[in-house]
Amino acid sequence: MILTGVLLAVFGLGLVGWFAARGRARLLYTGRGSMHSMPAYHGWHMALWILVPALLAWGVWSAIMPGLVEGAVFADPAAASLPTDPMTLGAIVSEAHNLASDPSATAFNPEARVLVEPIRAAQARFGLIGALLVMVVAIAGGGYGFTRIRADFRARTQVERAVMALLLAASLMAVLTTFGIVGSLVFEAGLFFKDVSPIAFLTGTHWSPASTMGANINDNFGAVPLFWGTIYIGAIIAMIVAIPLGLMSAVYLTQYASGAMRKWLKPMLEILAGIPTVVYGYFAALTVAPMIRDFAASMGMQNPSTESALAAGLVMGVMIIPFVSSMADDALAAVPRAMSDGSLALGSTKSETIKKVLLPAALPGIVAGVMLAISRAIGETMIVVMAAGAAANLSANPLASMTTVTYQIVQMLTGDQEFNSPKTLSAFALGLVLFVVTLILNIVALRVVKRFREAYE
Amino acid sequence: MTDTKLTARNVDVFYGQKKAINDVSIDIDNGIVTAFIGPSGCGKSTFLRTLNRMNDTIAGARVDGEILLDGENIYAASMDPVALRARVGMVFQKPNPFPKSIFENVAYGPRIHGLGSSKADMEQIVERALTKAGLWEEVKDRLTDAGTALSGGQQQRLCIARAIAVSPEVILMDEPCSALDPIATARIEELIDELKESFAIVIVTHSMQQAARVSQRTAFFHLGSLVEYGETDQIFTNPREVRTKDYITGRYG
Repeated sequence: MILTGVLLAVFGLGLVGWFAARGRARLLYTGRGSMHSMPAYHGWHMALWILVPALLAWGVWSAIMPGLVEGAVFADPAAASLPTDPMTLGAIVSEAHNLASDPSATAFNPEARVLVEPIRAAQARFGLIGALLVMVVAIAGGGYGFTRIRADFRARTQVERAVMALLLAASLMAVLTTFGIVGSLVFEAGLFFKDVSPIAFLTGTHWSPASTMGANINDNFGAVPLFWGTIYIGAIIAMIVAIPLGLMSAVYLTQYASGAMRKWLKPMLEILAGIPTVVYGYFAALTVAPMIRDFAASMGMQNPSTESALAAGLVMGVMIIPFVSSMADDALAAVPRAMSDGSLALGSTKSETIKKVLLPAALPGIVAGVMLAISRAIGETMIVVMAAGAAANLSANPLASMTTVTYQIVQMLTGDQEFNSPKTLSAFALGLVLFVVTLILNIVALRVVKRFREAYE
Repeated sequence: MTDTKLTARNVDVFYGQKKAINDVSIDIDNGIVTAFIGPSGCGKSTFLRTLNRMNDTIAGARVDGEILLDGENIYAASMDPVALRARVGMVFQKPNPFPKSIFENVAYGPRIHGLGSSKADMEQIVERALTKAGLWEEVKDRLTDAGTALSGGQQQRLCIARAIAVSPEVILMDEPCSALDPIATARIEELIDELKESFAIVIVTHSMQQAARVSQRTAFFHLGSLVEYGETDQIFTNPREVRTKDYITGRYG
């Protein structure tokens, strides 16, 4: 494609411009203080003037060219005989595009063949126009940049500004992406709530989105069993495992472990944090879940299911341990040594000091860590997909199969789905709820951590 | 009346390979205030911390020689450092109240040691300790407020009350006024003067004026050694050692 080639040409021109401008500026340089900016800055300034406008022109042209090609193709006499039904027309045009770029492709509609030549001709024509336009912009920009090379020209200031703009753009990218995600969540969830009442969604206890039975659609989208499953697995079972183990390991690591022990144990714990969640997932599904099922059977339970909230929750708890442990570790380390010295000097033992002084002092930091851990646990997907099951049970029995918000989102959006059915759209509503809950947890936790830090500074 | 409370004989302290205290021998008496003075890094705080084995909490610290409390070696295997610290209390450089209420700060030590079995007993212990520390009148109406909400000087008196509450025999003070303003400092110095009736007090201080004001005996440390030890008046008016004289006249330190 000529437009790809022109990009290379623009970068080449930029390189040439850099050397040209630096060379020109060097001629002006007569000694220290004779120029405002060093020659290399003039080079960068020139290169920026070549690259930035040309790349912008390239982007704009790439965006509008398909429309121009389309217009030209339909204006061609060969297009006059095409059917007018938009569905068929669309299929023919896209097949023709495929044929134009890959002659060996097969086409189901013979009409597509007649469009190939007009498409190729239009693409060549507009591609050439675009390439010329981009080159003209690049050369004009470079020319303008070159004329500005003077001893007193503040090229350095301009380049610094461009660097700042680049860095700003980079940091905005993440923020804008977040906004984009939130926007799409809200928009799609809005579509869902046109069909299903939010109150029924948030308070209903019956979840069977696939069912078309029932007079009222609201009856099938009660998400409470999913919320319950999420909280039961992520915030209750997992935390019963993770909080005591994480906390005790943090106390051991900060207060008791020798330097060598700490050096060895801490990275081991961090390895636990580095295991991909899908590995935890099959550990839960293949090792823990069958053990729990056998245990349930030995306790006399009839037909225990392989999938259980307990299996998913236990493994999730193990996954979260390093998270809780490292937050608690930080919180304990932030308590001033004077605090434990004060307690020891009164004749209290080490464990009394930890229990009565260190842990209470570190409590806000620990609570914040636990909240962050919960927000991670309830957003966790792989483990519950593999081990918790699909049944939307509203039960307090840890041996029952349960489902979570994340699991249902996966269900709704994978495989063949009609995009506009309430069933698919419910995934976005669930995602929105999950997003809001984890956002609140994170904000509160960060606040607590911040206030806690201030208390000791 | 004076009788010897603490006796140190040929004490060396090491931090890893580094020798921080070199062959110190000293007798500390009941009923008076003993001040340790000397330039920064001279080992006066390190030596103070050997007297209630707080150095045990620092990895790599080691003490040679013997320190006797009422004739009993505190580094003997039979001596429990936890029990020792109940007898030899400590007040630190920076006020370090626990993040608990004023009442709970003072009640902490007595609770640990099982003193004050009933609520009324405990209230009495706390009131007595706060009164002795000269803080009772200021805080009696807000005992449930956080200890950290007090002013710096009040916090330090709270820490002193906390130390007194377990009825120690000796109180070690490690630059107790270095984080306080002059008015709060004066208040603490008055308090030290009153407390010496009931406890043997050892105070480490940077300020020679403070040593002269509050203490009856002064020990001058330099480079890990005890250079001179004697009556405070004698040390400040008529030092025997040249190094002591140079230090108190501001030649170095």
